[in-house]
Amino acid sequence: MSWDWAMITMVVLVVISMFFMLLGAIGLHRFPDVYTRLHAATKATTFGSIFLAIAVIVYAVFRITDPETLDVNVGSYITLAVHTFIALVALLITNPTGAHAIASAARKAGVVPEQAVIDEYEEVE
Amino acid sequence: MCKIVTLLPNNTHLNSYTVYAKSAFEIVGVMEAPDMFTFLVTFLGVFVLYLLLVWGSGDADTAYWAIEEVFAGLILSLISAGVARMMLGKAENTKMFLKWPLFIVYVPIFLVYLAKANIDVAYRVITGRINPGIVRIKPGLKTDLGRTVLANSITLTPGTLTVDIDKEKGDLFVHWINVQETKSEEEKVKAVCGSFSDWARRLTE
Repeated sequence: MSWDWAMITMVVLVVISMFFMLLGAIGLHRFPDVYTRLHAATKATTFGSIFLAIAVIVYAVFRITDPETLDVNVGSYITLAVHTFIALVALLITNPTGAHAIASAARKAGVVPEQAVIDEYEEVE
Repeated sequence: MCKIVTLLPNNTHLNSYTVYAKSAFEIVGVMEAPDMFTFLVTFLGVFVLYLLLVWGSGDADTAYWAIEEVFAGLILSLISAGVARMMLGKAENTKMFLKWPLFIVYVPIFLVYLAKANIDVAYRVITGRINPGIVRIKPGLKTDLGRTVLANSITLTPGTLTVDIDKEKGDLFVHWINVQETKSEEEKVKAVCGSFSDWARRLTE
């Protein structure tokens, strides 16, 4: 893989990532209440982060495999790729958990979902 | 799909592994068997994670790990396994690690649903068409771990967000961005979590 192709791949991945991040931000403004906003914030940012992480991994793998960069320290690029991957796994677990904590806290504080057609939580209280 | 499932160890195999492991620990007699089992699984998990984190610390021409880091990792994972096995606790949770081939099948399916979820969110952000509500579903999962896996999975899949959980019955309260009419309870679970309730059961029970 030449440097040009690696660059194009990375730019495409970063652009996709930015698109979903932006969508999450717009969703935060457009949606009416905390629950629907969490939908936008959780899903879009998680998906965006995946593409961002893949872009970093592509960069690191390219640096490792590129014969011209063999004189530099390969170990630091392995570290970069592996750390990014572990951060991605951690994000995939903690993002929905955080959203769940916020939603549960909001519901316990008595925030009623707006425009709701059904609310089966009220039966419990 | 069916072929992959038949290749996986079924429950009888899984149980016999655990039985062998348990009897081996009982002969050694250091610790009670289930404790020892969780200790070893925790130790291995933490050690592998540490090795991943320090990958590339050594001289790349001869070795990918510096010997000091490996020793530090051994000591640290022994300590953390000694402390954390109390928290990880139950032996039935660690059995999940024996089902690793299922995770390899699960991850791509999950990613496809995550992509669908984002296209769905994109559609709703742009058009502003929502029909939200909180529904109660009864997935009927028995273990805490299974409930956690299901709750996290459906938060990242189309149109649903877990709000709360009934700790005794295991019912989930789900904020659903596009509420649909359903007739029976099974149909509702199907509409909210798709195949994820089955996956959570397969992965953890």
